[in-house]
Amino acid sequence: MSAYDKVLAARSTKKLTSMDYINNLFGDTFIELHGDRGFADDKAIVGGVGFLNEMPVTVIGLEKGRNTFERMERNFGAAHPEGYRKALRLMKQAEKFHRPILCFVDTSGAFCGIAAEERGQGHAIATNLLEMMALKTPVLSIFIGEGGSGGAIALAVADEVWMMENSVYSVISPEGCASILWKDSSKAAEAAECLKMTANDLFELGVVERILREPSADDGKMFESLKLLICRTFEKNLAIPGDELADLRYKRFRKIGAQE
Amino acid sequence: MDLFAFIKPKNELEQQGTEPETKKPYVPDEMWTKCPECGTLLLTTDIEENLQVCSKCNHHFRLGARKRIEIICDQDSFEEMDKDFSSVNIIDFPGYDEKLKKGMEKSGENESVICGVAKIRGIRTVVISMNAEFMMGSMGTVTGDKITRAFEYATENGLPVVAFTVSGGARMQEGILSLMQMAKTSGAVKKHSDAGLLYITVLTDPTSGGVTASFAMEGDIILAEPKALIAFAGPRVIEQTIRQELPKDFQTAEFLQDKGFVDKVVDRRYLRDTIGHLLKIHNYEEVTQ
Repeated sequence: MSAYDKVLAARSTKKLTSMDYINNLFGDTFIELHGDRGFADDKAIVGGVGFLNEMPVTVIGLEKGRNTFERMERNFGAAHPEGYRKALRLMKQAEKFHRPILCFVDTSGAFCGIAAEERGQGHAIATNLLEMMALKTPVLSIFIGEGGSGGAIALAVADEVWMMENSVYSVISPEGCASILWKDSSKAAEAAECLKMTANDLFELGVVERILREPSADDGKMFESLKLLICRTFEKNLAIPGDELADLRYKRFRKIGAQE
Repeated sequence: MDLFAFIKPKNELEQQGTEPETKKPYVPDEMWTKCPECGTLLLTTDIEENLQVCSKCNHHFRLGARKRIEIICDQDSFEEMDKDFSSVNIIDFPGYDEKLKKGMEKSGENESVICGVAKIRGIRTVVISMNAEFMMGSMGTVTGDKITRAFEYATENGLPVVAFTVSGGARMQEGILSLMQMAKTSGAVKKHSDAGLLYITVLTDPTSGGVTASFAMEGDIILAEPKALIAFAGPRVIEQTIRQELPKDFQTAEFLQDKGFVDKVVDRRYLRDTIGHLLKIHNYEEVTQ
């Protein structure tokens, strides 16, 4: 598969969404918690609490929706500032109760529109980056589809970042990159290669820790092993004192592009 | 300066073979700058004396990173950090080497940000000054690393930080590694903040994308220059996405102040005093030589 094939696979509407993962991993123990307590409940981001095996976990996901109606309602997974603020509220809540945080990332990017700018899209993302870096509880982010720039990293300042084999993560969409650099958005496939945005590329660049084989909707075994893998990672990180964990998280990012 | 000092006597023009009907002032073009806002022709030297602000309409011209340091910091007090750091084409992005070379030539700098320690109104401060002339102030790994190191230095030495932002956002030629700098710089800001130290950002025209969505918006106090464009997504991208016209003054500094995202819009000519005053309010003391 070429890089652009991966991009198209990551965008496929047949792909499992955050809700699929949440339902399969948490079953009926999941309780959704709504709203940012300031403005609204952004349906492009779903969040809540539940049990992962026996472990209480806060789970947050960028949700594109599973059919046309849902996709409209969820703004195709493009969140507004209140979505990121809701996510942060739930993360701070998790920190208070020393509960691990599991994030699913699947978005073409933070929404760009008048309302998003008026309510401080940049500020909301910036605040998430800053606060997530210091969370004294384990954070794990899993990319399940598209990882579009600032809108994706706002849920990915984590102890570890994992990617499904057909997911992508990039500073800009290949179409956007091609149209800015070469004034030709049809050169997206070329841009996708250059941007090094596939799971394999990112693993090689040291930006992600693990590439996962993608489960299908009815693959109970796969979800069981994924659940086990997540729980083990959380158990390992729960044993580390909160301050130290936050420090390790900072070092994880600190070394990327370090000059000395 | 006397305007007429530049106008040569008519007979001199005639001697040079110029037609008498050209009664326009005979002055080299670079001596004059037309204000893009009000259209007034201004003497370039006058603009410079006025800190690159139009004396007629207060339009703020863009200011280079070095000039910024010069007008804000106490004379000769700036000591630069990590001056020699420069970018390499880490993911072999086509055309990036040439872009870097051009950026260096155009700006005379190694990267899109200048960091260092200076005194502002006698107070030792870490200063971060971004450079629009270097690839539109885009944030690559070296930019992010320099900013991170500047914050770490400030944290270790108990110093406040003042950052002047101007940026098109994360540098796409470095792929995901540039995006990571948003998290990295934010982490460094957080450590500085947790140490109880003051961070002031001054948003200048234009500040957008990954810089807006990271350290630019993380100041304890966020100032902005008049009419500066401050955005996450730029106006053109938004217009293309939603296909409708944007409201007047959308994404200007004043607009952001109205919406609650900027503490204060400050005229460049009062910026130094404002920053100095804020530093004093936060109990930072003047150092005597």
